[in-house]
Amino acid sequence: MAKYILEFEKPLRELEDKIKSTKVTALERGIDMSKEIDGLQEKLKKAAEDFYKNLTRWQRVQMARHPERPHSMDYIEAMTDYWFELHGDRHYADDKAIVGGIGTIGGKKMMIIGQQKGRGTRDNLYRNFGMPNPEGYRKALRLMQLAAKFRVPVLSLVDTIGAYPGLGAEERGQAEAIARNLMVMSTLKVPIVIIVIGEGASGGALGVGVGDRLFMLENTWFSVISPEGSASILYRDASKAMEAADAMKVAPDDLVKMGICDQVLPEPIGGAHQDPETSIATVKKAILASLTELEGLAPEELVAQRIARYDKLGQWQE
Amino acid sequence: MAAWFRRSKQKILSTERRNVAEDLWSKCPGCSEYIYRQELQKAQMVCPTCAHHFPIGCHGYIDLLLDGSNSITELNPGLTSVDALEFKARKKYTEQLAAAEKKTGLKEAVITVAATINKYPIVLAVMDFSFIGGSMGSAVGEKISRAIDYAREHRFPMATISSSGGARMQEGALSLMQMAKTSAKLALFNEADGLFISILTDPTTGGVTASYAMLGDVILAEPGALIGFAGARVIKQTIGQDLPEGFQRAEFLLEKGFVDHIVHRKDLKSTLVNLISFFGYEQAANTA
Ligand SMILES: [Zn+2]
Repeated sequence: MAKYILEFEKPLRELEDKIKSTKVTALERGIDMSKEIDGLQEKLKKAAEDFYKNLTRWQRVQMARHPERPHSMDYIEAMTDYWFELHGDRHYADDKAIVGGIGTIGGKKMMIIGQQKGRGTRDNLYRNFGMPNPEGYRKALRLMQLAAKFRVPVLSLVDTIGAYPGLGAEERGQAEAIARNLMVMSTLKVPIVIIVIGEGASGGALGVGVGDRLFMLENTWFSVISPEGSASILYRDASKAMEAADAMKVAPDDLVKMGICDQVLPEPIGGAHQDPETSIATVKKAILASLTELEGLAPEELVAQRIARYDKLGQWQE
Repeated sequence: MAAWFRRSKQKILSTERRNVAEDLWSKCPGCSEYIYRQELQKAQMVCPTCAHHFPIGCHGYIDLLLDGSNSITELNPGLTSVDALEFKARKKYTEQLAAAEKKTGLKEAVITVAATINKYPIVLAVMDFSFIGGSMGSAVGEKISRAIDYAREHRFPMATISSSGGARMQEGALSLMQMAKTSAKLALFNEADGLFISILTDPTTGGVTASYAMLGDVILAEPGALIGFAGARVIKQTIGQDLPEGFQRAEFLLEKGFVDHIVHRKDLKSTLVNLISFFGYEQAANTA
């Protein structure tokens, strides 16, 4: 059970508390209240299912940021039989907000890239709150090119509130680093599987987010800007984030409708952090299934399909 | 085939025996503790207290990593330096070469071998700092270049273990060009999709760092190894400032993005084997 409860989850917690107090009453008075308790528990289960199935977009954004939500390294450590981290962009730094390395998942070799948030203040400072600098994108680029050389498929786990908006990041070419990745990833001659495990903010997410398959976990979001960012620009009021989330249609189902996301991966009731094992197993299954589909394709065919995938995105009239 | 290998091993043994009385204990430059020599040797010459990595020379790495003398073929053992420039400073280059050979029992600052590591074929070039500071002259450059070609032709992975003060001044621009030659050979090797693993040990500097040592598909470093281009003293004099703590150490390079992973010597063999296997190479059917 999660220790950290979001504001909108509180009604459910009240029901939980009621079950607890009923149990205490039963014990204290030495009476059998198992029927009442069973009934309440059934009611809670049903209520929770309905509740989490029908979250608003803004609520999903908050779920995506839940402090106990599994991060990239949680997935990597649990999914891999072998994992060896590779560091550095060979130019300026080793960016802690993007991890990378080689690993095997279900016996399949993969080059794994993951945007990494921290847990707690110290870890978050170390990971720069999951906001990559240009070096992170250049490390990812180097590792993806290494993967292509040895015909190893790429897995990218997306989870960022955005590329770091800093002075140094601009001086060292944040935009160039992201742009370069988009170009190289679009014709990389090995399969690329993308999973949005948390937040998919803008170019910062897309910089490691171009591929052959894109999956989003149920409580994630992916858009051109964060709802708060959009609210403060379009409404001049960051508190209008809820409206902005709806206006931009940032939820996984929206992205499926736009043809950007292939499939929404279900999360356990209450979110990935309530049962990380199950979430990780779901993600692993999706990765292995897409590898089976993609492995058989000749590199030219793979690249042609990837280009066609992006070619058709967008809506217009003429 | 491997006679050179047995011979030099015997030599190491007899040196050890001679030094036993006076050299029972070694003082660790890392933590100043005295370590019983035998303990140190059992621990691959790594300080059990602070993990300072003592130098082990080229034969040390060959013993540590490769499957044994039967699996090892030395490549170009007779290729040695000549004094192309008739170089003379305080000493003649020819005298320096003779003295280095006498002191180390080595013919050059690098040994290149085709061998197996846990049954995986590998071409390995190991430098030795004790031979004129592990400097790269024409012979070192040529031996490494031929080793890379050998790896390309046989489709074997290639690894180098560097420890070097840089290019060998006694050969002037000819030694400088070894940087270009080895890098060119690595370009061909890369185009043929070969795996190159560069291992940096203490110290790796100058022209070796500025050529093959920095060109690995994967770059590993031993903990605490000094790695850089210009010497710390030169930098300090030039900029007129003190250098930051840990400057040019392996951990500094990891932080700055130039090293993939720092690997403790006890894990070096398993790390190499895992990398070679991961990147698609297979064990030799017959390693006899
Ligand atoms: Zn020590």
